[in-house]
Amino acid sequence: MKSKFHPDKNGYFGQFGGAFIPELLYPNVKELEDNYIQIIESDEFQKEYKSLLKDYVGRPSPLYLAKRLSEKYGAHIYLKREDLNHTGAHKINNTIGQILIAQKLGKTKIIAETGAGQHGVATATVCALMGLECTVFMGEKDIVRQAPNVARMKMLGAKVVPATSGSKTLKDATNEAIRYWIQNPETFYLIGSVVGPHPHPDMVARLQAVISEEMKWQLKEKTGNENPDTIIACVGGGSNAAGAFYHYMDDENVELIAVEAAGLGVHSGESAATSQLGEVGIIHGSKTILMQDDYGQIVEPYSISAGLDYPGVGPLHAFLYESKRAKFMNATDKEALAAAYELTKIEGIIPALETAHALAVLAKLDLKKDQVVVINLSGRGDKDLETFIKHLED
Amino acid sequence: MNSIKNIFQTKDQNLLSIYFTCGFPKLNDTTRVIEGLTSAGVDFIEVGLPYSDPLADGPTIQESSQKALENGINLDIVFEQLMTIKETNKTPLVLMGYLNQLLKYGEDKFCQKVVDCGIDTLILPDLPMVEYENHYKALFDKYGINNVFLITPHTTEERIKKIDSYTESFIYMVASSSITGAKGEISQQQIDYFKRIKSMNLQSKLIIGFGISDRQTFSTACQYANGAIIGSAFINALADNGINHINSFIAQIRS
Repeated sequence: MKSKFHPDKNGYFGQFGGAFIPELLYPNVKELEDNYIQIIESDEFQKEYKSLLKDYVGRPSPLYLAKRLSEKYGAHIYLKREDLNHTGAHKINNTIGQILIAQKLGKTKIIAETGAGQHGVATATVCALMGLECTVFMGEKDIVRQAPNVARMKMLGAKVVPATSGSKTLKDATNEAIRYWIQNPETFYLIGSVVGPHPHPDMVARLQAVISEEMKWQLKEKTGNENPDTIIACVGGGSNAAGAFYHYMDDENVELIAVEAAGLGVHSGESAATSQLGEVGIIHGSKTILMQDDYGQIVEPYSISAGLDYPGVGPLHAFLYESKRAKFMNATDKEALAAAYELTKIEGIIPALETAHALAVLAKLDLKKDQVVVINLSGRGDKDLETFIKHLED
Repeated sequence: MNSIKNIFQTKDQNLLSIYFTCGFPKLNDTTRVIEGLTSAGVDFIEVGLPYSDPLADGPTIQESSQKALENGINLDIVFEQLMTIKETNKTPLVLMGYLNQLLKYGEDKFCQKVVDCGIDTLILPDLPMVEYENHYKALFDKYGINNVFLITPHTTEERIKKIDSYTESFIYMVASSSITGAKGEISQQQIDYFKRIKSMNLQSKLIIGFGISDRQTFSTACQYANGAIIGSAFINALADNGINHINSFIAQIRS
């Protein structure tokens, strides 16, 4: 079935997307574009992908009715437990898929960018699994604030290269990965989110779509209806939200809520709420909504969470925003921290700081008693313990 | 006639083009650098618009762009600076920037300003051919602006022929699979690629860039193309010696 939320032949979702890449990258991107759908839809790929997701990642991830959280907010709140995946987040769904695609294309050297380090760890993991060489670009600033993940990547055999340009965070790590890719066209760029030039956003969305595919039958089992009323997910680049929304995008009865990081406040000057602060622009090869100044210089975003401080958003999400199919909300650092402490205390689950932003909007919604809400619990908070401990006193 | 094509009427060998970053090393150096390059006798000049996220550029141009932005440069200032030398400047200028700068400034407004400054040639390394065909060709044609396309060792013959048909000024032959600022000698593999393109007998002139840094690489490049562009090596020289030594830098390349 053709959905208006799938890209057209040039990789556009409405006015967003495309592949704004230097000629140097054209052959690489073209090779992927010519092959990715055929590979993903092949029986061979599906068999290997499903089998690894089941036995290696531990899927299906549970859909858990959070009773005490539900009581507190007066609705039926389910948590899609991506935090229970191997490596601790949804990121591995994508890296398992892409590493298989890389192998089908005969690639042996893998590069990736990472912000919080979750995608870096998930990439280093699948490279170890397949015996492939792995180089991860990570902002110098993120290397400091996500030290445990850096150690994990190194232990997994990956080379971690600090990105020292610009704001020294995710945006710059992505720039460096793309520059390396230009100079080493034989490498496979295993991108971590629904961003970058077409076909990367579509490819990653398809690989994360397993989240909503499972939600459908799990909800059917638990509630008798495969549709929830509302799905909530946090958005940096947008891969976990793309996965949680994917099979529901065409069904207008399901409310989709994307939560961006507002940092110190949307209009504080220290924020990463791209949809609220951005305008149409081009970043990392994709036309999307972008935080920029009057002259098109990309603005450095801020969030306490290293996985959400991205100045753009995937083109699918830009389209979901513009078409009003998804509702875009945001949460500040403070609200996210409070939500993380709350979930920990009443459900015994320490969420990732990124995920905590999704939880934080529960308090802002006018929920009804029978409303079925699914929150995509995209990752676990082990990597953020230092931040949590530091703010515990506040 | 396109201003770069016009040069080719009288000279089509050993053309030297220099890339520099506007507003570097100091905010008001833009016009001084152009004047310095003109008196040193370069054939045409690539005027780089500093960008926060220059994907196709190596560390040297990234750093000069960063510095220029810190100096306070922006597109309005660049256009003002270029307007002040419009009547006196005799060296054709090519404007090089990233597509988002044009998009945000306003496509028509940007093109009008470019034309007002007496410039008719643009290099936008992240403007892909399909977007050019679907939208930007018509926009640029309206303003009499010609877009310069890059080709690489991996660009197919079919694409090169298409690019040739769109080109009025020159085709920018990227010397190797690299970002700007690559160093070292030109390899046999690169020479084979240069020869292959030369033998296609394209209607467009060929200018080689990326990795051209000194007399040796410049003269090698000129054996297989109509000329070459030096960027990072010039920026480094500006950073080290300032704008008063432009003449000696160029003389060394030409010697």
